[in-house]
Amino acid sequence: MNILVCISHVPDTTSKINFTNGDTEFDTSGVQFVINPNDEFGLTKAMFLKEQNGATVTVVNVGGADAEPTLRKALAIGADSAIRVNAEAKDGFFVAKQLSEVVKNGNYDLVIAGKESLDYNGGMVPGMLAGFTDYNFINACTSLEIDGNNVVAVREIDGGNETISTSLPLIVGGQKGLVQESELRIPNMRGIMMARKKPLQVVEASNADYQTNVISFEKPAEKSAVKLVSPDNIDELINLLHNEAKVI
Amino acid sequence: MSVLIFAESNNGKFNKATLEVASYAKEIANTLGTTVTAVAINASETDELGQYGVDKLLTVTNSALENFNARAYANVVKQAAEKENATLVVMTSTTNGKYLSPLVASNLNAGYASNVIALPVSTSPFKVKRTAFSNKAFSITEISSDNKVIALAKNAFGLKENATSITQENFDITINDAHLATTVTAVDKTTGKVTIADADIVVSAGRGLKGPENWGMIEELAEVLGAATACSKPVSDLGWRPHNEHVGQTGKPVASNLYIAIGISGAIQHLAGINASKVKVVINTDPEAPFFKAADYGIVGDAFEVVPTLIEKLKAFKAQNA
Ligand SMILES: Cc1cc2nc3c(=O)[nH]c(=O)nc-3n(C[C@H](O)[C@H](O)[C@H](O)COP(=O)(O)OP(=O)(O)OC[C@H]3O[C@@H](n4cnc5c(N)ncnc54)[C@H](O)[C@@H]3O)c2cc1C
Ligand SMILES: Nc1ncnc2c1ncn2[C@@H]1O[C@H](COP(=O)(O)O)[C@@H](O)[C@H]1O
Repeated sequence: MNILVCISHVPDTTSKINFTNGDTEFDTSGVQFVINPNDEFGLTKAMFLKEQNGATVTVVNVGGADAEPTLRKALAIGADSAIRVNAEAKDGFFVAKQLSEVVKNGNYDLVIAGKESLDYNGGMVPGMLAGFTDYNFINACTSLEIDGNNVVAVREIDGGNETISTSLPLIVGGQKGLVQESELRIPNMRGIMMARKKPLQVVEASNADYQTNVISFEKPAEKSAVKLVSPDNIDELINLLHNEAKVI
Repeated sequence: MSVLIFAESNNGKFNKATLEVASYAKEIANTLGTTVTAVAINASETDELGQYGVDKLLTVTNSALENFNARAYANVVKQAAEKENATLVVMTSTTNGKYLSPLVASNLNAGYASNVIALPVSTSPFKVKRTAFSNKAFSITEISSDNKVIALAKNAFGLKENATSITQENFDITINDAHLATTVTAVDKTTGKVTIADADIVVSAGRGLKGPENWGMIEELAEVLGAATACSKPVSDLGWRPHNEHVGQTGKPVASNLYIAIGISGAIQHLAGINASKVKVVINTDPEAPFFKAADYGIVGDAFEVVPTLIEKLKAFKAQNA
């Protein structure tokens, strides 16, 4: 089986979010970048599938050279090779178009992406990629079993789960549940050494339009200070929630 | 060229997110001087949409579409957009909405903006405000393509009644058999409990509660308020509560009107998932807990004393205001 894992390179969860250049760009200074958590679950799932059924695992990122350490980390975790599409990932439509080219050229049976990324949080790329490639698609996927061409997957729905049967080729928008947190793999020394020798191919972007464009960023308005209510005066809290906040 | 919405139904009845999207689409349609068309699949109760500004409803009745099927449903939305010459499609941000929207966008070769939180900043050029960086910031995004798909964040606009004389039309669609290769084989849904996704109020508790045996009062408080229950990540990791209650950046997002956090410290990853909630209340023994910086109302106190009193007082309040 030929597996592609999409890796988005995002600010670590504790990063302070600031903007520069008249609030038009994300300020990356002092920000630690990591593999998007949902993609880490997907990558580990790919490792499990490789060990169970045999598979070649390629990781891909659409981005600049600054994303290469993140791809190397994925190689150190166990991916066999990496592809970087050299372009600025400004728009979900554009990224999905680039990834669809990679998918077509590589004949992948299974593509695992994250259900959403921590930066743009669009939840856009996997679905658009499915649309462009005409592959089957499971989003918010929490369990995946593959037997030959047949797939049984579980996805989250509002208030529960749904079991779905489908077939390869397939695109997955994955999240925790594909594997558990305790199963995530941390690269060891040997992995890191081997990753240096694994192929990381840089390909140029193909022609595609940006359909959306961020004009500017804003930070939420400073919050006014919390109103403290004494624990001996719960009536006051109820009064505030009813008459001031109007939520009960 | 009306504005198109996809009307999502559960057991034949439209959900609240759909009525919110209808209210929102109506306001955009008024700005653009046009009307709102909704497309619904196998929905039985259809009148309600007219209350929220939908002018025309296309009803698709097809037994092959009985269960949710993302690619097939997205294709129906595409066919409806083409029929209506709709260049703007507005979708919900429910789990199914998030599944469908990017498929609809790629089908229509449309730019797509998710997590939109307000009416467009301008309609020409078309600019919307959306959340980014896990609710830690907003972006003003321009969609430059001819076709546009936007997904409205939950509870971002609210319901606005706007009665129209809605017309209904049966809509014949074609189904691509390849899409039916994906089928639902089982649905496991908690019934009789308010889900985090649907809830207007969420009562959430953290490690400050010491152990799973202490959740009785949390359940009771939720019941009095008609709220869903939720928890912090360590609580579900420890197995005190089921995983589907874990909220935060790596758990479920919460965009309720009221979020009550009990014995939760307010770590950045927790707050990132609940920032979109309108009003936040914290109950914590430690006045230095970071949650107090994020909350609107707070009580510095012991949950084991505050929560039972709160339950009693709320019961009295509810009885009085019933
Ligand atoms: C990559 C990553 C992702 C994460 N994602 C999430 C996420 O999605 N969601 C999430 O919640 N966390 C997440 N976390 C964990 C997060 O950093 C915190 O560790 C976690 O939120 C803390 O949970 P807590 O507030 O329940 O527990 P604690 O931090 O232990 O806080 C307990 C609180 O209870 C208070 N307390 C104690 N006794 C009482 C009492 N009797 N009455 C009232 N208050 C009392 C204490 O003062 C304290 O503030 C993530 C962490 C990482 C590294
Ligand atoms: N620039 C990118 N390169 C590779 N994969 C990406 C990129 N952006 C997003 N993805 C994938 O798409 C998923 C969802 O991202 P998003 O649509 O930005 O929320 C991520 O978890 C990744 O798997």
